[in-house]
Amino acid sequence: MSKKRSNPSDEWILRLYVAGQSPRSAAALRNLEAICEEHLAGRYRIEVIDLLKQPQLARGDQIVAVPTLVRHLPPPMKKIIGDLSNEESVLVGLDLRPRGRRAGARA
Amino acid sequence: MPTRSRKTTRTVKPSTHSPLAKVATGIAGFDEITGGGLPDGRPTLVCGGPGCGKTMFALEFLVHAAARGESGVFVTFEETEEDILKNVASLGYDVADLVKRKRLALEYIRVERAEIEETGEYDLEGLFIRLDHALRSIGARRIVLDTIESLFAGLSNAGVLRAELRRLFAWLKERGITAVITGERGVHTLTRQGLEEYVSDCVIFLDHRVTDQISTRRLRIVKYRGSSHGTNEYPFLIDRRGIAVLPVTSLQLVHTATSERISTGIDWLDDMFGGQGFFRASTVLLSGGAGTAKTTLAAYFLDAACRRGERAVCFQFEESPAQYTRNMRSVGLNLDRWVKKGLLRIHAARPTLYGLEFHLATMHREVDETEPSVVVVDPLSSFSGASLDEVSSMVMRLIDYLKGKGITGLFTHLIPGSGTSQEIEVGVSSLIDTWILLRNSPPGEQGGRHLSILKSRGMPHSSERRSFELSDDGPVVQTRARRFPTRRGQA
Repeated sequence: MSKKRSNPSDEWILRLYVAGQSPRSAAALRNLEAICEEHLAGRYRIEVIDLLKQPQLARGDQIVAVPTLVRHLPPPMKKIIGDLSNEESVLVGLDLRPRGRRAGARA
Repeated sequence: MPTRSRKTTRTVKPSTHSPLAKVATGIAGFDEITGGGLPDGRPTLVCGGPGCGKTMFALEFLVHAAARGESGVFVTFEETEEDILKNVASLGYDVADLVKRKRLALEYIRVERAEIEETGEYDLEGLFIRLDHALRSIGARRIVLDTIESLFAGLSNAGVLRAELRRLFAWLKERGITAVITGERGVHTLTRQGLEEYVSDCVIFLDHRVTDQISTRRLRIVKYRGSSHGTNEYPFLIDRRGIAVLPVTSLQLVHTATSERISTGIDWLDDMFGGQGFFRASTVLLSGGAGTAKTTLAAYFLDAACRRGERAVCFQFEESPAQYTRNMRSVGLNLDRWVKKGLLRIHAARPTLYGLEFHLATMHREVDETEPSVVVVDPLSSFSGASLDEVSSMVMRLIDYLKGKGITGLFTHLIPGSGTSQEIEVGVSSLIDTWILLRNSPPGEQGGRHLSILKSRGMPHSSERRSFELSDDGPVVQTRARRFPTRRGQA
């Protein structure tokens, strides 16, 4: 189960939706970059989309909350909302860590 | 927050003295009971159980306005754009065209809990941005959020959601957007998430119940700040043309009175009313026991209207149109020709098939479409299954409606058994202008049927009791020895 990640060599495309330059958005981006560097070094791309500048883009990815992180590649699409401050749940949300382990890790 | 000057002028106006500014919904009957519609520039909560008609209400609120040129945004949290388009298609508007012309925008917001991981703090700024963008893209001042409570199923942080919803409603108000927010009925609250706490201006509750296998829909205005409103439950229906709300009592007695007279269709009966018949736009009640020729007299009245070239509608609750016209042939009336000419519409329905208000609304719509000069309801008493109050309230509304349109209404009413029950008449007798009583002679006695005029407002009328018989040529008067031919041109 832990080897579910099929093609680790595939490039990851992550989109981070924010609204303006709030401290929360900045924190989300910082947290995301740190996680990616640690777990996906060299095979990820982060696109930051500011909805205040491009409001029409919120519709496509069904964005309601900000910040929202969308994993576009590899499929299936995943969404994580919040400032990404909890690394464990970000990893679970991105399928970088199986869901079951979270409880164990916390205990 | 900088508010546009447009908004300032609008809020100043009502405060000077005039009541709260309202925007029409275009929903039949609703604007009447609210004295103009929904509060302008404010949110309204429309709530009720599943299938109560919330979404239809919200859709109509936008679509009628869109057709008039006022743009609106429909935000759906549950159904896709395609579903919504299908729902509106039945209302007779070309919604695709409204969307194309930027009168209507559909925004489907989907929040699927299974797809979302929550970590850390967030807010719903994304939702605000989407709503703002949708509103701006078509210059809309109306919005529907159907149903925003779905967010609670999609996101787990109820605290954030509540705070954000509060902010959302304030945000809408600040922009002067007229909003309809739908909510599903909760166990002890009007809505599951208690949205009524946030929307304080106007709350409308829709109810759908089934009693004795007859479904009835009711609408209640729970709250309407700054506006007088009825606390009644108003029956409404949803048919192929959308929602129609029926004001329970809209009797205003402002009908203009005409002194024009129209024939009853029977010479000797006209004679009893000073030779001229009924007043146009008056209300006539024909009551009598079984077999007293109520239907026949009513049919002669219809026939007379068609002979004058006027349109007539008959609501027949006991016979099918074919059976009715066949039976009337046996008393000398050829109604088929009027049907063929398009002058007569016979609308037959089983009284028990629908609830009362459905019948009433069907009648309204039929009358609206046909624009007849006379209407016959035969018989009124077939609705006796419903409670007396309901029936008389329905009759009252119908009479009021017909008078308002200058239509002469003739109702037949069966007095059961011995003819002592006059319940229905008691309920509406004050609204009846002309009341005719029909009686059969006691069995075994000669003399046929008797007709007497109990009252006829504003005109001299015969106080005599006329005996008559039904012949092949219609109702003929019996005098001691001779029979008079009854109708013009028939010897």
